[in-house]
Amino acid sequence: MLTALALLVATLAALGFAGLALARRPAGARLLHGACAVAGFALVAGGVAGLLGGPQTIDLPFGPPWGPARLALDPLSSWFLLPLGIAVACASLFALGGIHGTVPARELVPWPLFIAGMALTVLSADGFTLLLGFEAMSLASWALVAHDHAQAENRRAARIYLGFAGFGGLTLILAIGLLAGGAGDVAFAVLREAPPEGLRAIGVLLLVLAGTGSKAGLAPLHVWLPLAHPAAPSHVSAVMSGAMTKVALYILARFAFDLMGPAQPFWMGAPLIALGAASAVIGALRANLEDDTKTLLACSTIENVGLIAMGLGLALAFRGSDLTAMAALAAGAALLHALNHAVFKTLLFLAAGEVLHGALSRRLDRLGGLIHRMPWTAWAALVGTAAAASLPPLSGFASEWLLLQALLAGWRVGDLAFQMGVAAATALAALAAALAASAMVRFWGLAFLGRPRTPRAAGAEETGGAARIALLLPAGLTVLLGLAPGLMLDLAEPALRLMAGAAAPRAGSLAIGAAEGGARYWPLFVAALLAGAIGLAVWLVRRRAPAGVARGPAWDCGFIAAPPHLPFGDPATQPSAAGFGQPLRRMLGESLLAARESVTMPPPGDTRPALLRASHHDPVLAALEGPLPRWREAIATQAEKLRDLSIRQCLGLTFGAVVLMLALLAWLEAR
Amino acid sequence: MSFGQLPYDVAHLLGGGVLLFSFVLLYQRRIGAVINAFATQGTLLAIAAAWQGYVQGAPGLYVTAVLALAAKGVLIPLALHAIVRRLDLHRTVETALGIGPSLVAGVGLVGLAILVVLPATEGARALAREDLALALSVVLLGMLMMITRRNAISQVIGLLSLENGLILAAIGVAGMPLVVELSTAALVLMVAVVAGVFAFQIRERFDTLDTGSLEEHRGERR
Amino acid sequence: MAVVWGILAQILHLALILAAAPALTGVVRWLKARMMGRQGPHPLQPLRDLVKLLRKRPVLAENASAVSRAAPYVAVGAAVAAAALVPSFARGMAFAPLADLILVAGLLALGRVAMALAGMDVGTPFGGLGAAREMSFAALAEPALVVAALTLAILAASTNLDAIAGAVRDGGLGLRVSLGLALVALLAVAVAENARIPVDNPATHLELTMVHEAMILEASGRHLALWDYAAMLRLTLWLALLAAVFLPLGLAPPGAAPHHWILGLLAWGVKMAGLALALAAFESAIAKMRVFRVPEFLGAALLLGLLGAIFLFVSTGLT
Repeated sequence: MLTALALLVATLAALGFAGLALARRPAGARLLHGACAVAGFALVAGGVAGLLGGPQTIDLPFGPPWGPARLALDPLSSWFLLPLGIAVACASLFALGGIHGTVPARELVPWPLFIAGMALTVLSADGFTLLLGFEAMSLASWALVAHDHAQAENRRAARIYLGFAGFGGLTLILAIGLLAGGAGDVAFAVLREAPPEGLRAIGVLLLVLAGTGSKAGLAPLHVWLPLAHPAAPSHVSAVMSGAMTKVALYILARFAFDLMGPAQPFWMGAPLIALGAASAVIGALRANLEDDTKTLLACSTIENVGLIAMGLGLALAFRGSDLTAMAALAAGAALLHALNHAVFKTLLFLAAGEVLHGALSRRLDRLGGLIHRMPWTAWAALVGTAAAASLPPLSGFASEWLLLQALLAGWRVGDLAFQMGVAAATALAALAAALAASAMVRFWGLAFLGRPRTPRAAGAEETGGAARIALLLPAGLTVLLGLAPGLMLDLAEPALRLMAGAAAPRAGSLAIGAAEGGARYWPLFVAALLAGAIGLAVWLVRRRAPAGVARGPAWDCGFIAAPPHLPFGDPATQPSAAGFGQPLRRMLGESLLAARESVTMPPPGDTRPALLRASHHDPVLAALEGPLPRWREAIATQAEKLRDLSIRQCLGLTFGAVVLMLALLAWLEAR
Repeated sequence: MSFGQLPYDVAHLLGGGVLLFSFVLLYQRRIGAVINAFATQGTLLAIAAAWQGYVQGAPGLYVTAVLALAAKGVLIPLALHAIVRRLDLHRTVETALGIGPSLVAGVGLVGLAILVVLPATEGARALAREDLALALSVVLLGMLMMITRRNAISQVIGLLSLENGLILAAIGVAGMPLVVELSTAALVLMVAVVAGVFAFQIRERFDTLDTGSLEEHRGERR
Repeated sequence: MAVVWGILAQILHLALILAAAPALTGVVRWLKARMMGRQGPHPLQPLRDLVKLLRKRPVLAENASAVSRAAPYVAVGAAVAAAALVPSFARGMAFAPLADLILVAGLLALGRVAMALAGMDVGTPFGGLGAAREMSFAALAEPALVVAALTLAILAASTNLDAIAGAVRDGGLGLRVSLGLALVALLAVAVAENARIPVDNPATHLELTMVHEAMILEASGRHLALWDYAAMLRLTLWLALLAAVFLPLGLAPPGAAPHHWILGLLAWGVKMAGLALALAAFESAIAKMRVFRVPEFLGAALLLGLLGAIFLFVSTGLT
């Protein structure tokens, strides 16, 4: 199986270079995206096979000078192939359906390379291959973010994204170096033999957290996500959000649970929980304030990544205090949510892409009423929206239920300060979940309900074909994953054993449970109960009430009638994106995101409309674009001076560098 | 003693009630409601003292209870209401830190108090340890109230509720002589009187009770 | 035999809740009217209103989508499903293993989202305004509920409502500061979730203050009947929840034969009447607060719930 997957990665890489030739005609682009979709399904199959079969390792015939590049398929990597494969398959199908005419090579070539990089990262079994895959993933996705470089904001997004990607790669190199110590061999099997202790372990954890956090979007390294996702094509943002963040979390889990060994103290989980809680709240709150659909969804990704990080942190803490069953519960919550989020977020990004394609806008204030014009997209998106709002019986609720149960059991760790922290984290997780529900209602309600706010929205059209399948597939999966979380946990059991040393509490295949004898969640029964209750209501009402409805004009709350050139009513009388976010902006945004709003109210008798201006700033981005560039400027000014050096001085610099290197070598040999 | 035993439970509940009203003090926006909450807190404190007197069999604590009820529950609130009426003050509490943030800070302080008290009192009885944690929380919340409210009346109430915390600590410890409590109470009463006079003076000079206006008249102005 | 009794108890419970919901709302309104010195409508008036509304054909806006027609059924279904899970007179009902507190919160959220979407369907300003406020307030109410659940889950070692009721009833938990604080938090959440004073006024259509009513302004006929009924069910559910968790006296033990139910039914009636009286008194005594004061109210509830959990850690650490 692993050999087949290795060949798949190689094929994808080759396909990327073939993209240069394929880009000349539409059929070539179709071939490329079709092949990528097949590759996605193959990755899912590989993941399932890896979870059911045993672990495998192969050495590649090439590699760095100090040893062969090595690939491995163990339960943890197999599990993360599932979200990767599903997201890739759906996104490629969507891209396939959206092809009209030729696609430029700069959009086509990086796509298979991006997929190959992610797959290589997940399959790698030594530090070198891991970094190779990570960098391929970063660079290819950067190329895709920068594809529309004519616009200044896209260039800015790509620049910031590249900065974060470089930072992430650098810290990962440092982390691997610190983990390997002086040994020089970076194969995972060797690293596992010598787990770090004390300060070195903390150093490795912090470096890995910085490296993977900058890729996954953990606060405070999350600022690139809301910028890069709107800039990339929709299918790319779907995979960046659904799969790439999961690959980063995979690296985090690989280091924290596998390579660093099981003998770590419980408080190693604390930074993950704290950062996760911060990301969850910041992301969910920002999702309520943004008015660009893709930015909003990217912020929701930050929230979900935070929740997954909380699960991983709790699992670390439980494992450190020898509560292995609880650790498996928390790790199970994290793994399940990673998969569920990948599916529903892919769905939502693709739906946003379909809306962009059909109504030609990403801004909520230019959409509206799309449920009439784009019913398939609307209902598929509703499934994703409800899952993201963690409503039973869909997938988001199942994994967040598990996460909450793990948080509610956090007091068992026993340390008082940790208990207090977990109690606060529980409140923050619930706050984030409720904020996400609000953000999702805002997203779906403003885009698909109400009246069209622009003529383009009034004339929106659906694509159909492969793009429709690309929406229905993840929607169906979201429902299925919501109904069968127990089965998925059973499937994940080998991965949980690897991470936590125990299986999650057993509750049968139909249910998920918090602990032996603890609370249970039976999604199938809940779905049946809901269906029964709704059916009962429908039946009773049908018997008593007259059928059908009468139609009349909407009551416009006292606004004057719209002029005839506005057949759908005046869009300004509908709730706007800024208006819908107002309560939360006032409640939480002012203190957390420096949100400001001003209302300009014309005097009575004046016919100008009242204006609500709202703005907010992510403090991290402000810091990044404030002091950091100033420091860079200062360093650059210093470096500029080097240009004015005489030839003698230049040679002196080179000579000094050589002497320094020799001295370093001498010192290293002396040790 | 542990849970499920009536003496412990009631003492615990009363201590918790006093703490709860410290939060109510922080939560209220209207000065009248703040004074009423303070009166309720004083009454609860008096009941707690009487209960401890009954449990510990210490009649001295009944005196404390009566004193607390008379002073904190009735007299001081009446006096404060009278001041508010006489000076015709703003009926709203002017805050330096918003209500929400000060509540969050309050919960943080309670956590801090618990983290400090529990390890430091290893070996003492469970009841005493919890009472001390509650009492220290009340003291810290009183201080928080003093620094986050601009109005002199609110600051005085913060000080008095701080003193409530001290009394709560004193009554929880068996065998604490009455003298200590009385002297503490007297001390704080003096402070309160001084603060009251001070408030009148500020009012007469500056026509406001916002202590921020004092800063303009400091000698070492920046 | 216990299984049969469980199923019977479940059916009886469901019928009881479904029937009690309009009556309870009517009783609260009647009590409030009496306390304010008015005559007040008959306690069964809400039921009569429902029957009357059911017979009317609803009027929908021209641009209303299927959401407007489906959402009321989803909301009622979610409320019925949640109400079926909360114990009333007996423990060990057939659905008791399903009765998870977090699930109940999830079902309530489902109903809330359905209502918010229905409010936004036509695109009128009021609907959007109500939806925005409702979802924002829920953003603080839900964590307060979860934090209260944290305290209960630690005491009962489970978030299952049946297990919590059992633990509070037979566990000898005593009077605890934590339980008290959790009660305060849950009361605040209940007030907010049911759109009662001081968070919202169930009897007004004043534009500046309303939340719940704003979302269903467009509804009429059978749709309005369903919305109203869902709100009544929610009120009943919350009062039953508070009664089951904090006053579990008289609950028939699991698997008990029907003659134990009589005491349970009587006790439940008394408890619900008492809670209705307390609610009416509270609503008559207090003024509606400004909309942007509500976050402080709910935030305070959240923090008190957190405080309760912290004190629970202390006391479990000590014993």
